Amino acid sequence: MIDITIIGGGVIGCLIGRELSRYRVKTLLVEKDSDVANGTTKANSAIVHAGFDCKPGTLKGKFNVEGNAMYDRICGELSVPFKRNGSLVVAFSEEELPELHSLEKKGKQNGVPGLELLSGDEVRRKEPRLSKTIVEALYAPTGGIVAPWDLAIAAAENAMDNGMELRLDTEVANIERIEGGYRLLTAKGDAIETRVAINCAGLYSDHIHNMVSEPCFKIIPRRGEYFVLDKSEGNHVSHTIFQCPTPNGKGILISPSVHGNLIVGPNAEQVENPDHVETTAAGLSAVREAATKSSPDVAYAAVITSFAGLRSTPDTGDFIIGEAKGAPGFFDVAGIESPGLTSAPAIAVHVARLVRSFFGNLTFKTDFNPVRRPVVHFSQLPNEAKAARIKKDPRFGRIVCRCERITEGEIVDAIHRNAGATTVDGIKRRLRPGMGRCQGGFCGPRVVEILARELHIPMTEVRKDRPASVLLTGVTKIGTGG
Amino acid sequence: MTSMNTYEIIIVGGGPAGLAAAIEAHKGGSQNILVLERDRELGGILMQCIHNGFGLHIFKEELTGPEYAERFIREMESLGIEYRLDTMVLELRDDRTVDIISSQHGFETLQAKAVVLAMGCRERARGAINIPGTRPAGIYSAGAAQRFVNMEGLMVGKRVVVLGSGDIGLIMARRMTLEGAKVLAVAEILPYSGGLTRNIVQCLDDYDIPLYLSHTITNIEGRDRVEGVTIAKVDATRQPIPGTEIHYDCDTLLLSVGLIPENELSKSAGIRLDPVTGGPVVNECMETSVAGIFACGNVVQVHDLVDWVTEEARKAGHHAARFAQGRLKEGSPDLVTRAGHGIRYVVPHTIRVGNLELEVDLMMRVTEPCKNKNLVVRHGETLVKKVRKAHLTPGEMESIKIPVEKLRGLSGELNVCLEEVAHEA
Repeated sequence: MIDITIIGGGVIGCLIGRELSRYRVKTLLVEKDSDVANGTTKANSAIVHAGFDCKPGTLKGKFNVEGNAMYDRICGELSVPFKRNGSLVVAFSEEELPELHSLEKKGKQNGVPGLELLSGDEVRRKEPRLSKTIVEALYAPTGGIVAPWDLAIAAAENAMDNGMELRLDTEVANIERIEGGYRLLTAKGDAIETRVAINCAGLYSDHIHNMVSEPCFKIIPRRGEYFVLDKSEGNHVSHTIFQCPTPNGKGILISPSVHGNLIVGPNAEQVENPDHVETTAAGLSAVREAATKSSPDVAYAAVITSFAGLRSTPDTGDFIIGEAKGAPGFFDVAGIESPGLTSAPAIAVHVARLVRSFFGNLTFKTDFNPVRRPVVHFSQLPNEAKAARIKKDPRFGRIVCRCERITEGEIVDAIHRNAGATTVDGIKRRLRPGMGRCQGGFCGPRVVEILARELHIPMTEVRKDRPASVLLTGVTKIGTGG
Repeated sequence: MTSMNTYEIIIVGGGPAGLAAAIEAHKGGSQNILVLERDRELGGILMQCIHNGFGLHIFKEELTGPEYAERFIREMESLGIEYRLDTMVLELRDDRTVDIISSQHGFETLQAKAVVLAMGCRERARGAINIPGTRPAGIYSAGAAQRFVNMEGLMVGKRVVVLGSGDIGLIMARRMTLEGAKVLAVAEILPYSGGLTRNIVQCLDDYDIPLYLSHTITNIEGRDRVEGVTIAKVDATRQPIPGTEIHYDCDTLLLSVGLIPENELSKSAGIRLDPVTGGPVVNECMETSVAGIFACGNVVQVHDLVDWVTEEARKAGHHAARFAQGRLKEGSPDLVTRAGHGIRYVVPHTIRVGNLELEVDLMMRVTEPCKNKNLVVRHGETLVKKVRKAHLTPGEMESIKIPVEKLRGLSGELNVCLEEVAHEA
C-alpha cells in the first residue's frame, strides 16, 4: 500500500509532493494528463501577489503573505526564474480612491511589507507609459513574477529526485474506502491503494471530493483570456499594473513576464465546464479595451499568441484546505484560485503538517536534497562555456530551435530529467522552442523526431499534449513511418 | 589568427542561393570558400519540394526540387568547395567574423574577406494568432506539413482547410489530395491570391478545390485535435461579415500566410534592412550596407521561382569574389532606386554605375493585380526603359534589365512605376 497519493499535478500538487518527499513515506502523484502543470497552472497571470486584496482572517490572506515570502528561497533552490518587480494598483478617479485606500488598509492588516500610496505623477515617473488619467496608485514592492509551470515542473522533478513517484495519464475515475485507507480506481482500470489521499484536482476537485465525502463545495470554472506580446514589448511596463478590483476578480493587468514578454489580461467569465479553454473574439476585445484604460499605447500588432485559462473558483469564497468530513486521511486542497500560485509554497507546508499529524509522526530523510540540478540554457552561456559544453556532449552543438537557440542537448535533457517532457507541448513549456518568431514552423518536425527517438516510440505516437492530441495521422502512400 | 580559421569567402546557408553563390565565387577565382549549412544536408527547402517545375529558366527543363539542388551540389563538390553541415552561425559581426557551433567542431570564430548571406526565409506564423478558439493539434504551417509528408513519409491529417493562398499552401493542397486527404477549401483574406497563377490552376482547379478570396477563418474548434473551422467573407477593412460563415468539419488547418526573410544575423551585424522586403538594403552587387557582406535569394526578397534565386546568387557570389580580390569599387552610390506608383519595392536599392559589367537587373513586385500597363523606369522626366505588361500581379515578380550605357553619367533617383498605356490612334 502506498502511504500518500496526491491527485493532480498542478503547482499545488507538485509543491505538496516536494514537501512530503522530505519524509520517509511512499508518496505517489497521479496526473490525468500527459504532463504536470497542464491545467490552470499553465494558463494564468503568472503573478506572485503581495497580498493586499485578500480579506484579513481568510486562508487566502494568510497563505498569500506567507507564500510570497517563501518565493526567493524556493525559486533559488529549484532554479526557477522569479523576479520581485513590484506591483501598482491604479485608480482612475476620485470614486475609486476609497477602494484603493481599503486595499492599503487590508494589506497592512495582512502584514504586507512596504505598501505606499503614490500620486498620479509619481506613478507616471515610475511607469511613463501609463495613462494620464491615473490619479493615485498603491505600490507594493513585494509583488513579483514567475513562470508557474516552471515552478510546478521543477517541484515535481525535485520531489522525484527525493523519492516521489509520478504517474502521468492516470485519471482517477472513482475512489473506494478500504481498510486503513482508499482504493483509487483509474480510468485505465488500475487500482491504487493508499493510506492518505490528497485532492489537488483543481477544476475537478469538487468531483473528486464527492467520491468520498458529502458534497460541500462546488467549483465554478471562470475563464480568463490573455494576450502575450513579443519580447520587443517586454519593457512597456516594468511593474505589474493592476486596476482596482471588482467583485469579478482583480481586473485586467499589464505585466512583464519573467521570460521578457508582455502579458495583458484576464477578463472573467463563468463557463459551463473545464473544457472551455478556447479564446473568443468578444473576450479578447474586452481585455484590450479594459487594458487601454491603464495604458493607451500597448502595441497589439506585436501579439505573438493569445490563450485562455480557467480559475477554479469555489462557491465558498475561500480556499478549502483540510480533511474532508467523515473521510479520515482524505485531504481537500481545493478552490485554489488567485492568489493560489502565490500561496502554493505556504499551502504545501501547511498540508504536509496536516498529513504528518495524521500519521502521528513522520521521520525526516537525512539525505533530502532541496536543490534541483540546474537546467543548462546553452544560449546564455559565455563562449568558452559553450565550447566546453559541446566537447562534453556534442548534442549541445546542434541547434534545433533557431529562434530561441535551443540545442538538441537541452531537449534530450528535458526529456530524461525526472518529471520529464513526453509531449511537444511539454518540451515547449520547459525550453520554449516554438515560442519564438516561427512558432514551431522549423523546429516542430525535429522536436517530434527527438521525442520519438528518446522515448522509443514511432513518430506517429508523439502527441502535442493530451492523449487525443494526435499530431500525425498515419503514413503516406510510400512512407515508412519516419 | 591562424590560417585555419580564415576564409576568403564564407557563405551562410547551403540552399539554392548559397550553392549558386559558392560556385560562382569559385568561378570568379576564389579558392578558399566555406559554405555553412545548419541542416543535415545541402539543398535547403528544395529538398522537401518534390513537385516539379523547377529550372525552366536556368536549365530549360522541368526538375523536381531535389533534382535542381542535386545539380548544384554535384558541381560544388566537383569544384572541391568546402562545406559544413549541421553547423549554425550564432553571430555575425560587421568585421566579417562569424561565431559558429557544430557537434563536430564545437564553438569556433572564423574570419572572412567577404561574407554572402543566404539564409532564406521562414513562414509567417502570425496567421492563426488572432483566430479565436482552441489551440489543438492539427494546425501546421504549410512548410512544416510539407516536411512531414515529403521528408518523413508521415501524414498530418485527413480533412484539410488551408488558410492563405501562398505557393506552398497551394502545392500542399495538391500534395495532400494526392495522398488521399480531402482538401475542403482554401481561404484567402485578400481579394487576390499571393501564389503563382500556374499553381492555382494546377493545384486547385485541377482537383476542384474551391478558393475563397476575401475570406478568413473566424473560429477553430476541437479541444485536443482540430475538429472544425469556420470561414467567413471579409469586408474592405478585412473584418468578417456576419452571416457569411461556412463551417467545415476537418482535422487539419494548414497556414500559408506569407514568407519572411530570415535576417536575425543581418541585424546582429548592423545591416540596414528594407521594411518592405524585410531583407537587407543592397546595391548593384548584392552588397549590403556593411562593406564586404553580400546577400542573395530569399533572405533579400521572397522569390517565387528558384531560377531567379540562382541568378541573384550568382551575382552575389561573383561580386563577393571581386570584393575579396580588391577589385570592387567602394564608395557612395550614383543612383537610388525608388518604388513609384503601383510598385511595392525595387531591388537593388542603390547602384554604383562603375561596378556594372553589362547591365543592371531591377526586380520588383506590384502592389495589386492589374492589366495592360506600362512598367516604366524614369530618371527625372527622362524615360530610361518602358515595358508593356498585359498582366501584373503581386504574386509574380517582375524584372527589367537596363544596359549600363543607359546609366552612365546619371545620378540621383531612378523611379520605377506603372503608367497607363497611351491610347494609340
